[in-house]
Amino acid sequence: MKSLEELKQNLESKMPGVTSVLEEGCLVISKNDWLEVAKFLKSSPLYSFDYLSSVTGVDYPDRLEAVYHLYSIEKKIGPLTVKVRTDRQKGEIPSVTPVWRSAEFQEREAFDLLGIHFTGHPDLRRILMWEGFAFHPLRKDYVAEND
Amino acid sequence: MTEENLSTLATQTLEVSLGPQHPSTHGVFRMNATLDGETIVKLKPVMGYLHRNHEKLAEDMTYLGSMPYTDRLDYICSMTNNFAYALAVEKLAGLEVPERAEYIRIIMAELTRLVNHTLLIGFLLNDLGAFFTPVLYAFREREKILDLFESVSGSRMMCNYFRFGGVKIDFSPGFLEGVKSIIQNYPKFLDEFEKLLSENEILMARCQNVGVLSKELAISAGISGPMLRASGVPYDIRKVDGYSIYNRFNFRVPIGEVGDVYDRYYVRILEMRESIKILAQAVKEIPEGPFISPKGAAGAKAPRTFKPPKGQVYGRIEAPKGELGFYLVSDGSPKPYRYHVRPPSFINLTILEDMCIGNKIADAIVTLGSVDIVLGEVDR
Amino acid sequence: MTTPNTSQVDPNLKSEMQKKGIFVTTINDLYNWGRRSSVWPLQFGLACCAIEMIATACARYDIDRFGAGLFRPSPRQADLMIVAGTVTKKMAPQVVRLYNQMPEPKYCITMGACSISGGPFKNGYNVLKGIDRYIPVDVHLPGCPPRPEALLHGLIKLQEKIDGQVIEKTEWYQKGLKREFPVPEFGPNGLIPPYNPDVFTPGQSRLITTG
Repeated sequence: MKSLEELKQNLESKMPGVTSVLEEGCLVISKNDWLEVAKFLKSSPLYSFDYLSSVTGVDYPDRLEAVYHLYSIEKKIGPLTVKVRTDRQKGEIPSVTPVWRSAEFQEREAFDLLGIHFTGHPDLRRILMWEGFAFHPLRKDYVAEND
Repeated sequence: MTEENLSTLATQTLEVSLGPQHPSTHGVFRMNATLDGETIVKLKPVMGYLHRNHEKLAEDMTYLGSMPYTDRLDYICSMTNNFAYALAVEKLAGLEVPERAEYIRIIMAELTRLVNHTLLIGFLLNDLGAFFTPVLYAFREREKILDLFESVSGSRMMCNYFRFGGVKIDFSPGFLEGVKSIIQNYPKFLDEFEKLLSENEILMARCQNVGVLSKELAISAGISGPMLRASGVPYDIRKVDGYSIYNRFNFRVPIGEVGDVYDRYYVRILEMRESIKILAQAVKEIPEGPFISPKGAAGAKAPRTFKPPKGQVYGRIEAPKGELGFYLVSDGSPKPYRYHVRPPSFINLTILEDMCIGNKIADAIVTLGSVDIVLGEVDR
Repeated sequence: MTTPNTSQVDPNLKSEMQKKGIFVTTINDLYNWGRRSSVWPLQFGLACCAIEMIATACARYDIDRFGAGLFRPSPRQADLMIVAGTVTKKMAPQVVRLYNQMPEPKYCITMGACSISGGPFKNGYNVLKGIDRYIPVDVHLPGCPPRPEALLHGLIKLQEKIDGQVIEKTEWYQKGLKREFPVPEFGPNGLIPPYNPDVFTPGQSRLITTG
């Protein structure tokens, strides 16, 4: 893969108005641009990130963060780590399930365990815990019942 | 009854819940199927019945403390789970692995691949109705490899054998002879297995053109491992990433043409034959030397002093079921801040519905069998 | 294996007659012999231990030698439930329901540390800390996972327990007995109730003796 810097410049020149930040080797993208950027990353002939390997979330004291790891099977490059941030209360991020099918279950899992609401997801339900479970157990402030 | 009459008959779809206690769902997996007659019109997987909170528990443990838990992810292939986790942490902490340890790791990983694929084919045949006979053959071979695992790690299934920067202990005497006898005898067993199965009429009728998965959907849905290759995508992380020392070995990547259940079965048979090739090369070339680096040995002795630098890492390997990845976030303390597993069988289930719609309910069981899931990994 | 002498027949007389080809026994012994020689387990795997359970059923260990090789997919046909693996809170209601569906007399072996107490996953938010919170357990079988030999040992212990039962006194042989264990329900942060007070007392170590 060409360097991340180049990818960032390329992204910003092809999609005016989109700003991204490089942080610890990850591309941080604002949640409003994310869906468009995802489509670009998948369809751009230069990168063609056709394989979304992993979607997960991290709970920080001040924010929730969705982390995506992208590979290209065609170009055999990767991983590209993309981070999208949102606040802890509402926690909304656009879903990329329409772009990559592999996000379907993984976004459901991140919703279940961390409470990130993926807007536009076709079937956003709890996947590992039962319906009616009131908490998001992977958050740092979750307290398990004392039994 | 005439055709017109038939079309005016009112029909109703039927909802069937398969599982979580069902003989052919490979554990506590549940499928909610909607049937029109016997044809599936909707199928929703339900999981979480084995959600053991691996990720949450790991956040409250030292890095090494999670190693035995990774054994229990995909409990058929504990060695490769160890491998993936060790690789991710080594990447995070920048640890070197001595030459001999690399070879030991690869021998263990390929033996695990043999175990996994053999068992899977046994269970797949179980789903096809050949009740327990192929499983008997499969378990007979598994026991031989398990004896080897036990001789080095002290446990049959949950080996807990890898350490950051090497492995726990060197081979016991006689281990390499054991591997050599496996290399010699396994192809014979595969020949026997294939003679019974590969051209079996019932197997072909039940598996060919069932549960077809197209190349495009497979890539978009993040399918990995033998399932991706059966759909005709030559993508093997051992080749692409060349992690550990896989680029030194000479092996081929078998791929399928149609992407049906039969291809998935056959790709696994061929993969086992390639694994034996890798084993033969590794046994021949394995050098003498230390089995763990000094830094790694110090970390294994005092896990609380093992503090990887601040940062994050994604490490992945080609596990027998597909891409097994670990995403770790370190805040510089002895415990990981975030610990995430990218389980191959969980993501491979995404397109189960697509593969089953339009097929009969009996085919859904076979299709699920060919996905190769282990619930410990699906639910974690 | 030594069989406890629950019958009132004089053992000396018994062996004396056996030499002459006459077997003396009681209905109780005969009945128990039949029951313990055909313990049909439920084909029911939960996690890692299930693989070892299958290995026990396969050629090398061959649980069939002890008459327990016929794994039944339906609880209605099973005598023994081997809880092989971690019971999560999401799965616990189903396990209790399955146990309720089994006909009397029924037995339960917990295989592995997880089903005894939660084992290594004890601190998990979704892990039940032992299935004995909801159903009575006959044999606890520690290990992670127990070796196939250990499962065979557990089965032999269960057979000893069966041998020690007297038909007239066991509760399942009494008229009108209907044992139903309440199925827990999903709550907002765990199961309701957290345990069944009829079978489990918290904070008290309990020893199950066999025979």
